[in-house]
Amino acid sequence: MNQRIDVRGLSCPLPVVDVRKKLLEMKNSVLEVLVDTGTSRDNITRMAVNAGWKVEVKEEDGEYRLTISK
Amino acid sequence: MLKEFFSSRKNIIFTGIFIGISAAVLQKLGNPPNMGICVACMERDIAGALGLHRAAVVQYIRPEIIGFVLGSLIAASIFKEFKARSGSTPLIRFVLGFLAMIGALVFLGCPWRTLLRLAGGDGNALFGLVGLVVGIWIGIFFIKSGYNLGRNQKTHPMVGWIMPVIMVGLFLLLVFRPQLPSGVIFFSSKGPGAQHASIFIALIIALAIGFFAQRTRFCTVAAVRDVILIKDTYLFTGVVSLLLAALVSNLILKQFHPGFQGQPIAHTDQLWNFGGMVLAGLAFTLAGGCPGRQLFLSGEGDADAAVFVLGMIVGAGFAHNFATVSSPKGPGLWGPASVIAGLIICLIIGFSMSDLGKKIVEAKR
Repeated sequence: MNQRIDVRGLSCPLPVVDVRKKLLEMKNSVLEVLVDTGTSRDNITRMAVNAGWKVEVKEEDGEYRLTISK
Repeated sequence: MLKEFFSSRKNIIFTGIFIGISAAVLQKLGNPPNMGICVACMERDIAGALGLHRAAVVQYIRPEIIGFVLGSLIAASIFKEFKARSGSTPLIRFVLGFLAMIGALVFLGCPWRTLLRLAGGDGNALFGLVGLVVGIWIGIFFIKSGYNLGRNQKTHPMVGWIMPVIMVGLFLLLVFRPQLPSGVIFFSSKGPGAQHASIFIALIIALAIGFFAQRTRFCTVAAVRDVILIKDTYLFTGVVSLLLAALVSNLILKQFHPGFQGQPIAHTDQLWNFGGMVLAGLAFTLAGGCPGRQLFLSGEGDADAAVFVLGMIVGAGFAHNFATVSSPKGPGLWGPASVIAGLIICLIIGFSMSDLGKKIVEAKR
């Protein structure tokens, strides 16, 4: 079952901090992240890719759904 | 590997270099020494021009601030990133902006000017830089302890447009210079406020900086924060690029004068150079970004960041009216006391709005 986290509306650096914390707890499952700014999308993607995760970005109504997996 | 490093970071490196060169060139074209760009000082000059303080030597409507916001607005509009949002504890952000300005004016510069002072050879800025890092480090402690200003909400586009419209208004005041019976708009006839590049050139350069910084999310405070907090050196690369570009430009333009004594718009009281920037660094970190970043966010519709900027401008008025601002002779009469009071307020905000505050309340029950 995919895990989900909604970081919309949070100020920097909380989106990336919260997602990073979640990824450190997870081993191999998939994390779905809801994001509402380009900054958070970029920051989370960079952090996850640097940590060896794959990130898929989908834009929906001006917001973003990131799917993070190993 | 090195090639990959630079290609993934070419935009942020370019932005840092662009800002560094621009600052040195703006100084050459008339801006005050080691102050080609200083977000805090320039907002303080705007406060003075509007009569929020009466320090006659620092009154001018700086087109750089206007350009930063409008450049970001242009980039955000083109790339569909303009989103009106607000409601994440705006009053706390106002207070943080106010206190950040108090701290910055005890040191005499924002994080941008800290780098530019270093690049101009001002050794006193080292103490400010260490203070800035310590302030950011304290802020990180709170972030790790669950500090959170709450979520913002999407709101009516009008809310996001207010800051850009204010900037257009300021630009009109700068160009038409109406004289009211009260004496406003004030423009310094001597001192740093009288030193400025031409309006047109300053505006064009600032628009470009605003544009690039919006795209790359350039932020001097997050640069340090991200290295410590999430081991991410992306923004830090931009800040190092800024410092090196400004240094090289200053050497070429013969604007590099190493030393501690007699540095322009600076003092040698190292304790309060350090202390002022601890306060500023902490306040910026608790608010999520450096003063430049707050302007860029204001341009892309973030009304909470706009409230932070307004807090800084009001703070500048208070700093001069209440003698907390430093001069080349040293800290103002109430400078040290205001830094201590500001730090206490920031610590209370940090504790009470993190899990630490909740734990204290639970322990009492």
